[in-house]
Amino acid sequence: METQTITAQEIAEIKEKSVESSIEVSGSVALLEALIVEGVDTIFGYPGGAIMPIYDALYDYHDKLEHILVRHEQGGIHAGQGYARTSGKVGVVFATSGPGATNLVTGLADAQIDSTPLVCITGQVFAHLLGTDAFQETDVINITTPVTKWNYQVTDANEIPEVIAKAFYIAKSGRPGPVLIDITKNAQIQKFQFKGYTPCDHIRSYRPKPIVRQQYVQQAAELINQAKKPFILWGQGVILGSAEQEFKAFVEKSGIPAAWTILGAGAIPTDHPLNVGMLGMHGNYGPNVLTNECDVLIAIGMRFDDRVTGRLDKYAKQAKVIHLDIDPAEIDKNVKSTVPVWGDCKETLPLLTQLIEEKKHTEWLHKFNDYTRQEVELVINDELNPTSGEMTMGEVIKQLNEITKGEAIIVTDVGQHQMVACRYAKFNNTRSNVTSGGLGTMGFALPAAIGAKYGAKDKTIVAIIGDGGFQMTLQELGTIMQSKVDVKIIILNNRFLGMVRQWQELFNERRYSFVDIQSPDFVAVAAAYGIAGKAISDRDDLPGTLQEMLDHKGSFLLEVFVTKENNVFPMVPQGCSVAEIRLK
Amino acid sequence: MQKPMTDDQLQIKTMSNQDIDKQEFNITVYTENQIGLLNRIAIIFTRRKINIDSLNTSPSEVESIHRFNIVITETEDVVRKLCRQIEKQVEVLKVYYHTNEDVIWQELALYKVSTDVIAEKVSVERLLRENGARVVTLRKDYTVFETTGHREETDNLISILQPYGLIEFVRSARVAIIKDSDGFNAKIREFERLEPGEDVIENEFLNKGNQVFTM
Repeated sequence: METQTITAQEIAEIKEKSVESSIEVSGSVALLEALIVEGVDTIFGYPGGAIMPIYDALYDYHDKLEHILVRHEQGGIHAGQGYARTSGKVGVVFATSGPGATNLVTGLADAQIDSTPLVCITGQVFAHLLGTDAFQETDVINITTPVTKWNYQVTDANEIPEVIAKAFYIAKSGRPGPVLIDITKNAQIQKFQFKGYTPCDHIRSYRPKPIVRQQYVQQAAELINQAKKPFILWGQGVILGSAEQEFKAFVEKSGIPAAWTILGAGAIPTDHPLNVGMLGMHGNYGPNVLTNECDVLIAIGMRFDDRVTGRLDKYAKQAKVIHLDIDPAEIDKNVKSTVPVWGDCKETLPLLTQLIEEKKHTEWLHKFNDYTRQEVELVINDELNPTSGEMTMGEVIKQLNEITKGEAIIVTDVGQHQMVACRYAKFNNTRSNVTSGGLGTMGFALPAAIGAKYGAKDKTIVAIIGDGGFQMTLQELGTIMQSKVDVKIIILNNRFLGMVRQWQELFNERRYSFVDIQSPDFVAVAAAYGIAGKAISDRDDLPGTLQEMLDHKGSFLLEVFVTKENNVFPMVPQGCSVAEIRLK
Repeated sequence: MQKPMTDDQLQIKTMSNQDIDKQEFNITVYTENQIGLLNRIAIIFTRRKINIDSLNTSPSEVESIHRFNIVITETEDVVRKLCRQIEKQVEVLKVYYHTNEDVIWQELALYKVSTDVIAEKVSVERLLRENGARVVTLRKDYTVFETTGHREETDNLISILQPYGLIEFVRSARVAIIKDSDGFNAKIREFERLEPGEDVIENEFLNKGNQVFTM
């Protein structure tokens, strides 16, 4: 087969000439040209029979599109997510039909619930074989309908430019989400008249950004100006809307204490005086208790997830709620709002900032500081500064902060270590916390760290993973080996599936049903993949080894043996209200 | 003095209170005419284990826009949240929900009865006429009747015809017109005029298997 890439020159020529001008290319080439116009530079993928024509075309694009071969399609899609989280761009993933496509489902569900922009291209059998149980044929469209923002099956090459344009527009506009395009093999091979690629900026049935209703902004401003104990809750919406500056201006002018969900971490720096801590089941003491004491609750870009609210019938019932969100289905879904401000927070926040008065709520803020002091004394000190016994997860994070000084991007897996890392890590910049929030996918961190590095090549990426989660996707060490990407991996090994064990201890009378997990020698596994590594269990070795890890040129795996039965506190037990948060 | 209620009595009372809140809702959805939309809308109900009592989908007055009519029995709170999630779908244009009081609806039903029965029993013929049944087809061995109306009327007629030998019966989904729908037609036509819908591209290769060599 002849090689064929279209030069930018040729595309420009097509555009300049009459509308009828076109060039004959295969569907695969048109797809790749479309990706380039959309600004894609990195693809995570795994080839297979049904996607071979695309991979054949890709062979000639190595200077324009970088493809990273993963070891499992789930690793590929999590890498795409990590890339999207740190770069703010749309992550692109390739997979073949059948098992390749079904291996993407977990990642799609994760991206859907955490609103991550992704475009996944899956190969599919020839169009005339659809529905015949052909080799590696699965009904991908129906399997992925509940877990994608939009999906579509392409059976003819002529559809490709328009469908890809729609896919990117839908993935990144409004509330972002994953899009899956299933391209049958004949459409990949078929030659057609390609008239050049035009990105999409409008779909008649789709309204990603509403027109802001000024009267609601006004009402919100009035409530805020009259409030004596206002409280801001912010989430990933601030980061997705690239509204960090607008948000910071709003918080500073209003003088209102602000707390974050784990996906919103870092939108304003950890050290900011008005950043009062983390929300949620394992959030900080003050934000949880004082939610039920505030008089005006301002929620920005967060969806009142059940991990944040605890019992809904006892959540902020005394407060007037102002909800700023771009998704109308989220407003009034869990918590009834007094003033819904439906819109893109990048637009609505400046309007609101303009109308509010400049204030300081010093006494109210001191209440938060009081709770912080209590929390430090009763919980945090023991976690971050233990004097004897085995190492705690907290002290590893504290030590890490001191070396990275809050400049590193932290990628976490799921479990106790995730809660500890999100609570104690220092974030100076936005897009620094990459974790699986809504779905809580174990095995997320290792591939996501790879993608995160590709999305932020100048930053240090530190993946913090538990011994359970690491074993779910450890095959991606192969991706690290082959791509030579530089990620630092810290495995906090407590020889348990920690979070479940904690619940079994607290609520099931310590009936440890299948939570003690045996792991291999992780350093030896890494060495087998040609990755440097070290294992430590003595706190004296911690600072030096962390420094060694960060100084090392190339990936490094650090296994830290931490205390086996430690619990993450504070905790809002399931079915309790946020005010009933337990400190031990 | 009233005896305090036992736990069982309390539970039954609370459950029936919740059921009182549930009523029939008619959900009207305008969508693009694209493949897969029916599934996208249906799963929003199945996801919550809600039974769909009736679902109708057909082209609206404009060919590229389809109209769904869905009937479920739920509380208004749940229906409102459902409708917002349906409207979120990319190819859904607009969603409305109404109680039975706010719509005018009809269901079609066809009954197949043996012609001998109709010929012999004059009372049956009169019965059918009284219930507004119209003859669709009259054959030597069977006659097909049609009624349009509400569920109760249809059910009533079935129970009447049953002893006389009802051979086959089918009923359609509910279609409903919203009472307060000023300007709907004009808006739809204007919408289509300003931006025409796209064609549906179906699988043209389905029957061409033996013409293609595959690997």
